[in-house]
Amino acid sequence: MPPKRKNDVAVKVEDVGMEVDAEIDSGSEDEARRRAKNRRAKPQRKAKQPSEDEEDEDEDETPRRKGRRKKTKARAKDDDEDDDDEDNRSVKSKTSKASRKKAPKDNEEDSEGEGDKKKRGKTVSKKEKEQQNKEKKGNVKGKAGQSKGGEKDKKKKNGSSSSSSGSDDESLSEGEMEALKEQVEEKKKLVATLRNKPWRMKRRLDVLKEAQDFVEKFEGALGKGKGRRLYAFKVMMAKKFIKFKRDFENFKTACIPWERKIKDVESHFGSSVASYFIFLRWMYGLNMVLFGLMFGLVILPEVLMGLPYGTIARKTVPRAEQDTAMDYSVLFDFEGYCKYSILFYGFYNNEKQIGLLKFRLPLSYLLVGVGIFGYSLMVVIRTMARNANEGGDGADEGDFTFSWKMFTSWDYLIGNPETADNKYASITTSFKESIVDEQENQKDENIHLRRFLRVLANFLILCCLGGSGYLIYFVVKRSQDFADMDNADLSWFEKNEVEFVMSLLGLVCPPLFETIAELEDYHPRIALKWQLARIFALFLGNLYTFLFALFDEVNEKLEREKIIKNETELALAHYYANYSSFYNTTDVPPPNVHPADAIRGPCWETGVGIEFVKLIVSDVQVSYLTILIGDFLRAVIVRFLNYCWCWDLEAGFPSYGEFDISGNVLGLIFNQGMIWMGAFYAPGLVGVNLLRLLSSMYYQCWAVMSCNVPHERVFKASRSNNFYMGLLLLVLFLSLLPVVYTIMTLSPSFDCGPFSGQEKMYDVVMQAIDQDLPAFIGNIFTYATNPGLIIPGVLLMVLALYYLNAVSEGYQQANTDLKKKMQAARDEEKNRRNNKDSTNQVMKDLEDLLPNKSLIPRPIEEEPPLDEIKVEKVSKPTKTKPGSSGNGVNLQKEVSLAAPNPRGPVTHGPGPRGGPPLNTRGPQPGPARGRGRGGHPRR
Amino acid sequence: MGNKQTIFTDEQLDAYQDCTFFTRKEILRLHGRYHELAPHLVPMDYTNEPDCKVPLSLIVNMPELKENPFRNRIVESFSEGGDGNLSFNEFVDMFSVLSEMAPRELKAIYAFKIYDFNVDNFLCKEDLEKTLNRLTKEELTPEEVELVCDKTIEEADLDGDNKLSFADFENMISRAPDFLSTFHIRI
Repeated sequence: MPPKRKNDVAVKVEDVGMEVDAEIDSGSEDEARRRAKNRRAKPQRKAKQPSEDEEDEDEDETPRRKGRRKKTKARAKDDDEDDDDEDNRSVKSKTSKASRKKAPKDNEEDSEGEGDKKKRGKTVSKKEKEQQNKEKKGNVKGKAGQSKGGEKDKKKKNGSSSSSSGSDDESLSEGEMEALKEQVEEKKKLVATLRNKPWRMKRRLDVLKEAQDFVEKFEGALGKGKGRRLYAFKVMMAKKFIKFKRDFENFKTACIPWERKIKDVESHFGSSVASYFIFLRWMYGLNMVLFGLMFGLVILPEVLMGLPYGTIARKTVPRAEQDTAMDYSVLFDFEGYCKYSILFYGFYNNEKQIGLLKFRLPLSYLLVGVGIFGYSLMVVIRTMARNANEGGDGADEGDFTFSWKMFTSWDYLIGNPETADNKYASITTSFKESIVDEQENQKDENIHLRRFLRVLANFLILCCLGGSGYLIYFVVKRSQDFADMDNADLSWFEKNEVEFVMSLLGLVCPPLFETIAELEDYHPRIALKWQLARIFALFLGNLYTFLFALFDEVNEKLEREKIIKNETELALAHYYANYSSFYNTTDVPPPNVHPADAIRGPCWETGVGIEFVKLIVSDVQVSYLTILIGDFLRAVIVRFLNYCWCWDLEAGFPSYGEFDISGNVLGLIFNQGMIWMGAFYAPGLVGVNLLRLLSSMYYQCWAVMSCNVPHERVFKASRSNNFYMGLLLLVLFLSLLPVVYTIMTLSPSFDCGPFSGQEKMYDVVMQAIDQDLPAFIGNIFTYATNPGLIIPGVLLMVLALYYLNAVSEGYQQANTDLKKKMQAARDEEKNRRNNKDSTNQVMKDLEDLLPNKSLIPRPIEEEPPLDEIKVEKVSKPTKTKPGSSGNGVNLQKEVSLAAPNPRGPVTHGPGPRGGPPLNTRGPQPGPARGRGRGGHPRR
Repeated sequence: MGNKQTIFTDEQLDAYQDCTFFTRKEILRLHGRYHELAPHLVPMDYTNEPDCKVPLSLIVNMPELKENPFRNRIVESFSEGGDGNLSFNEFVDMFSVLSEMAPRELKAIYAFKIYDFNVDNFLCKEDLEKTLNRLTKEELTPEEVELVCDKTIEEADLDGDNKLSFADFENMISRAPDFLSTFHIRI
């Protein structure tokens, strides 16, 4: 073996070690004497043995040497006292320690089938053994072996230091210390990554134990003098921290709810349906945090420290409404007491500081409103980034069609016979489809007709979208008319028209789209994408139409509010004038009006909040009813009417419902969008949403398990995670816009809400900066908001964007280049690998895992059939498909087609190569190298 | 969980947590599942590492594995003797690799072993045929099977030896978008 990374000093050190081994073999057992001798003999030996090398993997001169020596000792001892040391792991006496140290090595070797050789080592020359050892460590274990080797050495040292009066500790030099430290670090790393090693559990446990013992032993020895205590403290803290982290992890996993439920769903419906529930759970977590923020920083302070109900106008139901304020129908519309409760914006007072803590509620309200967006944005982006790493690196779709189908199409989560049957069927179909695709690339068909149909379908869908948008606009407009009318004259439908129509549209349109999409005749996967995009457009269109209509309403209310405000001021001025003239005093007490009788504006924020809450509630109702009727009732009918029906209901027309993943996920996303938008105007909305998610988790789980059947075409949840996350991000952004717009431009109501009396909502922040923070921060803010600073800032960002874009393009280029190179390198390497035992560590590990090495047939045995297959393969596909899709696959075939001709005569050369069929051949020069010829030259 | 101390010592649990992707609770649950398989064989007390194995026939009947077309191969791949009888260590090992947290590289290695029916560290055509037949319940015609296997080898075999080595397999599987989400069993 060629020496790898080492200097000649190290070489000599190795030699020393070997000679010591030889000495042991010669039989002298006096350890102390030998050690002394070794030390003395060091310089001479260095000079004596310049030629022998052969060793690799070593860290430092001294520890190495020491380790060697110790090893010899340990081994000698070991041989003496305990010949077989494979299963004694108990740690007590020095002997067993030493033997334990040695055990892993033996294990390792045993697994290579050479352990016995070593046991009988007395007969074999030690040096040879040593070499085998090294060889194994060098190329078998690679990294792992290396650390293992190091560890072993340390072990020996350890063993000896305990056996020999521990004088070594004092003689630890700086270099040794460094090396030791390094090894301890290495050990620690090994422990941390142990779970990623493809080893048997038993071996892992053993290695772990050794590593831990080693670290335990030597960690304390590190650090000297003054640094020692600090180091010990650091080590202790690190240990504590690790322990804490693990406990925390345990706690965290214990806290994750619904594992069982999701597992049930998973095993019945496969990963795709389960992905919806996982998404739902994630959403629940997110909303928990949002609710925590809202509740802890806005709702709770107002409840605890704010004025109670009935003290001021904004916290009191007007007298006109008081009679009906407790009626169920009124409460259900979020009027009456609901409207004047902490659920909505209007209830909050604009007092600057409340309670003992001087809590700044208005400021907190604004910051939480914005902070919700900030937090959501951060979480969504972080999740996306994490998910992005998980997907494959995305080769071109066409590259591995069959391989992926072959190796990744089975969903290991499936644990339900029916689902499994469906999965089998769908896999078979997909294979058949691919085969058909492969055999005839394009069917002859009327392409004009198809084009026409597609255009028609898109036209129809656009009509639907436009129609639904108009309908919503129309309905919202009408609802404003209704709002002016007397409440009692309106029917239930008229009052809830907007929400009803929106939910209905969301219910009817997606199936309609699906029906229209039949016209297009796309591949299912593409069809699914289109379907998703269309539903998304529908929801988005509806939401934004709703918003625009709402803005109209808000503007109207603002106008009205202005009038009311003027009237109030006028009335107040009148009152003051009258009062002062009547009593002839300038000391006018405020008018004594009961809060219920006060004149009040429309409070548009509360109005918006109510709209959102109603929307959410009706959405919940509609979706739950849909499940109840569309899934449950249908399932009941199909199940029980089937006994007395003319056709088979289960297999025929109605059959059982399937779980609509995309629709449900999109529904969830838009629901969240509404929450984000509405939370600012209705702080209680987040809590409502929390209840909704919680109930829908249980309800939908029940529904899906009891009334739905697995998909017949199980489409994959592939990368949908980030797809949905992307949609969520988009929706988040879109719901951010209107809220920020209102905060920045619209003026808040003058008599309700935390910002009443301000010109703009964000003035609260400005005030806080001006009045409560030190002056220089205010100055900084003034500078920062100066256009002269903002414009360069924006420019800078644009430049950075441009630069990063350019850089990423460069990386992409490099990436593709490297990929190409790798491909080429693989081809090159192939021959080499064929001829030699693998140098790849992973391959070795794989071999290591084989149950019984003797089971492996020698590669030579399958040579003849291999060649036959090769010939067959070469000849057959040419017949079946002469010129199909011209992608990389075909290219390979051309190459392999060209191969057989020159190969036959050239590479045969029976004379010189007759002997050992495998191995023993370097990479072939000339024509025998390259793609498609690998199997051949071994003949 | 009052009786957890009697099943494993704390050191054992810590060691298992270091060696697998499981938390303490999951390990105990795994032991419960393992014990369930053969209550008369498996002791409740694992503190002194008893040597017992549960036969393949019992393990493949776990609901998690029962419907899997490769269940026998999975169990065999994780057994040290290759015969499919699993000790508790190997049992934990199996579900650790198949857990959500396991990295792609590790999963790839074991996936390779599972699909390697004849245990020669290569996926040859024979292996592929077996895989395919199990995936489709032998509903493809022999010609179709032949074609699919040929195409698979053609796509993934980079070194042209007409069988897939681990390097080929890894190269292919590392780009598969669905591998991680599907090669996964929740315990």
